[in-house]
Amino acid sequence: MTVAIPQTLREALAFSSANPNAQIIQGGTDLMVEINFNHRKPTDVIALRRVEEIRNYAYTADKSKVIVGAGLPYQKMEHGEIAELFPALAQAARTVGSPQIRAAGSIGGNLGTCSPAGDALPVLSALNAEVNLRTETGSRDISVHDFMIGVKRNDRKPGELIISVTLPIIQGWQGYAKVGVRNAMVISVASCCLVVDRKLGAISVALGAVGPTIIRCRETEQWLATQIDLKSISAVAPNLLKEFGERIANESKPIDDHRSTAAYRRHAVATLSRRLLVRANTK
Amino acid sequence: MSNATKISTNRDILGASALRPDGAAKVSGKFEFSSDLHAEHMLWGATLRSPHPFARIISIDFSAAYKISGVEAIITAQDVPGKKTYGLIASDQPVFASEIVRYVGEPIVAVAADHPETCRRALAAIKVVYEVLTPITDAEVALLPQTLQIHPDGNLIRHQRIVTGDQDLQGDVIVEGTYEMGMQDQAFLGLEAALAIPDSGGAGVEMYVATQWLHEDQKQIAACLNLPLDKIRLTLGGVGGAFGAREDISLQVHCALLALHTSRPIKMQYSREESFYGHVHRHPAKIWIRHHATRSGVIQRIESRMVFDGGAYASTSSAVLINGITHIQGPYKCSNATVDGFAVRTNNPPCGAMRGFGVVQACYAHESQMDKLAVACGLSPVEVRLVNAMVTGDKLITGQVVESVAPVARCITETDSIAMPAPLAHDANALEIVGGSGLTSLPHNIVRGVGWGVSIKNLMYSDSFDDFATARCRLQDGVVHLKYATVEVGQGFVILAPQIARSVLGVDEVVIDPVDTRIGSAGSTSASRQTWMSGGAVDGACRLVRQRLFEHVGKLHDIDPLRLVIEDTDVVDMLGDFRISVIEASTGVLFEETFEHHHRPTEELDANGQGNCHVAFAFVAHRAVVDVDVELGLVKVIQIATAQDVGRVLNPIAALGQIEGGIAQGLGLAVMEEIVLDNGKMRNPSFTDYLLPTALDAPEVVAIMIEEPEPQAPLGAKGIGEPPCISVTPAIAAAIRNATGRDLPRVPIRPQDICL
Repeated sequence: MTVAIPQTLREALAFSSANPNAQIIQGGTDLMVEINFNHRKPTDVIALRRVEEIRNYAYTADKSKVIVGAGLPYQKMEHGEIAELFPALAQAARTVGSPQIRAAGSIGGNLGTCSPAGDALPVLSALNAEVNLRTETGSRDISVHDFMIGVKRNDRKPGELIISVTLPIIQGWQGYAKVGVRNAMVISVASCCLVVDRKLGAISVALGAVGPTIIRCRETEQWLATQIDLKSISAVAPNLLKEFGERIANESKPIDDHRSTAAYRRHAVATLSRRLLVRANTK
Repeated sequence: MSNATKISTNRDILGASALRPDGAAKVSGKFEFSSDLHAEHMLWGATLRSPHPFARIISIDFSAAYKISGVEAIITAQDVPGKKTYGLIASDQPVFASEIVRYVGEPIVAVAADHPETCRRALAAIKVVYEVLTPITDAEVALLPQTLQIHPDGNLIRHQRIVTGDQDLQGDVIVEGTYEMGMQDQAFLGLEAALAIPDSGGAGVEMYVATQWLHEDQKQIAACLNLPLDKIRLTLGGVGGAFGAREDISLQVHCALLALHTSRPIKMQYSREESFYGHVHRHPAKIWIRHHATRSGVIQRIESRMVFDGGAYASTSSAVLINGITHIQGPYKCSNATVDGFAVRTNNPPCGAMRGFGVVQACYAHESQMDKLAVACGLSPVEVRLVNAMVTGDKLITGQVVESVAPVARCITETDSIAMPAPLAHDANALEIVGGSGLTSLPHNIVRGVGWGVSIKNLMYSDSFDDFATARCRLQDGVVHLKYATVEVGQGFVILAPQIARSVLGVDEVVIDPVDTRIGSAGSTSASRQTWMSGGAVDGACRLVRQRLFEHVGKLHDIDPLRLVIEDTDVVDMLGDFRISVIEASTGVLFEETFEHHHRPTEELDANGQGNCHVAFAFVAHRAVVDVDVELGLVKVIQIATAQDVGRVLNPIAALGQIEGGIAQGLGLAVMEEIVLDNGKMRNPSFTDYLLPTALDAPEVVAIMIEEPEPQAPLGAKGIGEPPCISVTPAIAAAIRNATGRDLPRVPIRPQDICL
C-alpha cells in the first residue's frame, strides 16, 4: 500500500493524475471504518488532509455565492460566517458524529462517499450546490443533483478530485432537521432540509436516508408554490400543511432496515418537512 | 446529595470519597488494558467463526491457509486435549464446533500467526463446507414437542415452577399483560483480550486475561487442556468493564491452546464486531403475568409464565431463570402464586449474565403491571406500591423469609420527596431538548411524562452455591499488603480494599499485590457481591492481623490486648495513657493472616419452587421524568430520582458512580440498546448501530442513599451495582406511557412504537 500525502493542491492533482484509481481520503471518518471492517482494501491512497487550499471558503467575485472547500471540517461550519450565511449547513454539520468526527469530516468526504445518510448532502441538494472537480489539466463544475447517482455512487471520474462546492447565498429561511434514535452522534434515520427563496418565491426540500440517494421533492415544491405566496412569510393553513407532508412522504422511497422501518421514515419526513415549513413561516 | 456518614479525618478510610488509584491513568489513556499486553516473540491468535445460525460442518480445509507465510498453527476441535466443551453451569459449549454450528459466530478454528493481518488472511483461506439447516430462533417454537432438538442436551435448558398458596383464588380486580424485552449487550468498552505464555516444555501456561473470575476460568481452561489446575496460572489483565459478559469463557481456552501448540506467547484480542459474537448477552424474554388484587389494590395472587431465550448454549441461563421467577412478585407482599419459567435453547446468540441477571426482565413485567393495577383501583403509582410494599419478615413466594433490611416504603417515599425538575422552558436550548442535535422538536411538540419503578434484587449467588471469597493481609513496618483474586472491572474494589485496611489497621500505606490465582478464589465480580464477599474477606484478614498486632503490643508493653484499640493511626490503650503508632508497633515484625468469607448457605428450590434459595436482598425506587415528542416518537429522559437501599455508604463518590452508571445502562435498555436479530443473525454488531446513551441522552440523576446497615453484611453495606439498572427501565417506559397513553409492552421502545 502506498500513501501519498500532498501538501498542496497542485501536488494532490499530480498524484491523482499519475494514479487515477487511487483511493482518496479526506477526514477518513467513512473510509477508515470500511478499512477496519475489511470491506475495502485500497492499495494506493492519496490523503488530502494537509492540502490547506481546500480547507477554506471564499466568496465568488460577485459576492452572490460562497465556495466552500471540500476539506473544510464540519466543526468550522457550526459557528461563524458560514453558519450565518447557511444556517441549514451549520445545523447539519452539528449533527455529524462526535466532536472528534466533526473535526475531521468534511463536505468532500460526504460527497465522495455519497451515502444517502450523508448529513450535509440534503443541504447541498436543497441549495442547488455545484460540485467543483479538478484534474491536473482541467476542471468541471457539475450540479450536485447530477453528481449524486445512487447508493454510494457519484459522478467523480478517475483522476478527478472534489475540491469545493459552490453554494448560492439565498434570501430567505433555511433549516435542517434529522431524526436519529439518540440525541447526538447517530446515523440518520431520516433527515430533511428546507430552503425558501423569498426573492424567487420558491421552496426547495431535500430528504436524506429515505432513498438510494438524496431526494429532491420537486413535485411538492412546485405544488406548494401554486398554493401559497412564497415571497412573503405567511401562515400555512392546517389542511395545506397536512397535504404538504403527505406529498413529501410520497416522494420519499424509504426501506426497512435494522435502523428503522419504511413506514416510520415516511412518517418522519412528513413530520419534519411540515415542522420546517412552519418554522420558515414563523417570525 | 447523599446523606452518607461524614468523615472527620481526611484519611481515605471507609466512608470517605477516596479516589480510585487507577482513575487518572484511565482518563488519560495510560492505564494498561488487556489489549495493551505484549510479550517478546509473541504470535497473534484469531478465530474462525460460523456465518450460519445452524448448520452441519461437512468439511474443513485449511491446506491453503497453512501455505501462508507466517502462519504457525491452525487448531480445531481435534486439538483439544481435554474436555471438548466448557460452560459455567452445564458444560455444553464446544471449545470448537466440529459437527454442528448452533449460532452465528460460533468458533470453529483458531490460528496463530506472526501478525493480525496474517491471521486474517489465514482465516479467509480456510474453506468450511456447511450443510445449512433451518435455524430455530423463536423460543416458543423451540419448546414445541415436534421441534428438532438443537443440542443433545435438548431445547429446554431448565423449567422451574413456583406453586404456593391458593391456586384458585380470583381477585376482585384482575390485570394482566404480556411483556417483551429485546436482547441487550453489555457493551463494555475494553474489548476481550488475553496473553498466554507457555511454560518451557509445555507443562503449563501463564495467562493474563480480562475476566470476571480468575479461578473459574482457571478451572475451565485446565479441564479443556487436560492439565492440573496449578499448571494454569492466571493474572488479571486490565479490565475495561464487564457487566456479566466476562463471566463465560471467550478466548481463554483458544489462547492457551495456541500457546501450548506453538510454544510461543500468544496474544488474542477481539475487535468490536467480534466482541458482539464472542460473549453472551442479556436474555430476551417474553413474560405473561396476571395479578389478582382486592379493590383497594392489595395483591393477592400472581400468575405468570416466563420464557427466557437462552440462545444456543446454556451459559448461566438456568440461574438467570431462577432469578427471574423468584423475583416476579417484585418488592411486594404476595402469598399465592403460580409461576412457570422456561429457559430455552434456540439458534440465537447465547445469553447469560448481565447486570440484573434475570431480575431486569421480571421487574419490567411486574412494574408494568403495578401501573395497570393502580389504574384499575383508582390509585396513584406511588399509592399502589406503598400499599403492597414488602417489609423485613415477609415471606416470599418461594417460602423464604426476607431477613434483610427491607426499606421498600422508605425507598418510595424518599424518591417521591425529591423535587421535580423545572418544566420545559419555551426558550430551552435546542440541543438539550428532545431530538438533541437533530433539531427535530420545539417545546410545543413535547409532552412530559412521569413513571415509577421499584425493585428487589438478590445479592450474591443463590441456589446452594458457596461463592466464598479469600483475602490475605500482611502488616510490616506500617505498610499493609493485601492479596486477593478479586477482579476489578471498574466497580471500585481497587479503592475499597485499601479503605477497609486503613480503617481496621490504622495504616495509611496499603499495597495491592498482583491479582492472580496464587491465592484462593474470590468468586466472581458479579451479583453485586464483591463489596460484601471480598470486602468481608479483606475485613476479616485485617481484623485477624489487628488481633496479632494487639497481642504483640500487649506482650511487649504488658497490657491486656483486649484493652487495645486503633485510633486514627495509633494503637491506644482504652483504659490508660499508652499510645504507639501502628508504624512503630509493626516495625521489624510481620503479621500475616488469610481469611475466607462465606455467606450463609442457601438451598435449591424444590419442585414447587420452595426453598431459601437467596442470601440477601437490596431494594431501590426510581422515578423517571421523560419528555416525549409524541408525533415523532422521540424521547429524552430529563431526570431520574432514586432512593436506594445501600446498607451503608463506604465511598460516596464510588457509590454515586454505580448509581449513575446503572441508570444510564437501564435507560439504554428502555429506549435504544438492542441487538437486532434477523433469523439468528445480528444486524448491528457495531457501535455505529448498537446505540449506547451519549452525554446528551444521560439524565440528571438525583440520588438518595438509604443507610440502614445490613446486619448480615460484614461491613453493613449491601451490594449496589445491579439495583440502579433494574427498575429504571420500567420507570422510563411508564413515563413514556404516561406521556403518550400507549401500552408499550416491549422494550426497547422504538420511535415507531410510540407514533405509528
